[in-house]
Amino acid sequence: MANSDRVKVRIPAKAKKGEIIEIKTQLSHDMETGQRKDAAGKPIPRRIVNRFTCTWNGEPVVSADWHQAVSSNPFSSFFAVATASGKIKLSWWDETGEVFEYTHDIVVE
Amino acid sequence: MDIHAALSRRHLLATGAAAVAASALAPPARAQAVDADGHARKLMGPFTAKEGRVHLKIKDVAESGTNEPVGVSVDSPMTPADYVKAIHVLAEGNPYPVVASWYLTPRSGRAEVNFRMRLAKTQMVRAYAVLSDGSVWMTRQEVKVTIGGCGG
Repeated sequence: MANSDRVKVRIPAKAKKGEIIEIKTQLSHDMETGQRKDAAGKPIPRRIVNRFTCTWNGEPVVSADWHQAVSSNPFSSFFAVATASGKIKLSWWDETGEVFEYTHDIVVE
Repeated sequence: MDIHAALSRRHLLATGAAAVAASALAPPARAQAVDADGHARKLMGPFTAKEGRVHLKIKDVAESGTNEPVGVSVDSPMTPADYVKAIHVLAEGNPYPVVASWYLTPRSGRAEVNFRMRLAKTQMVRAYAVLSDGSVWMTRQEVKVTIGGCGG
């Protein structure tokens, strides 16, 4: 799957083996809570991203369950141990079934 | 005498007002805390949380309740034998108290996550950490939310 254009990341391109790197990322998403009303007074239907995962060459690094109190355009930052060159994959699951993905290539030396 | 009388009168009025405010605020706040306890048990099962080891990095006064940076870090190694399995953030005064549950692995390297959250009003925010040995640690902090500069 191609990288989603809704995703912004800041991840180093290179790391030393065993180094702890920071992964910063943000997804463009309204995270609509279902509590708001539109101008006509009708409730705006809820639509949030409720699951996020990060894997490194297929092995889980972190995952998260999100609820309606996670802000719109959800920003995340966390850490990972640089083990081997390969792919860091970030995935966000929307309640409607849509998935946003981003894969970052990293060189570990 | 006049000055003393005025001072003590003012003092009495102030403490009286504070007491009234506290008694007016206490019941819903307590109900919210009980509700949050229930949600915490749903996440972690029956547990006894010890205070400490968890650090909640959030401003005491939030400028707006819509996008407040929050960071949670835990004093723990991240080795396969001893690591932080989960970090849960709860906001007692939100319509749904559970904000986010993060699941870490030894591959995380450092027991820390940062994100941004919504706060409906002035309230207590809690952070729980579940360690690989099954122990649960927690911390809590009150966050004042000022909407439109009128106070929460």
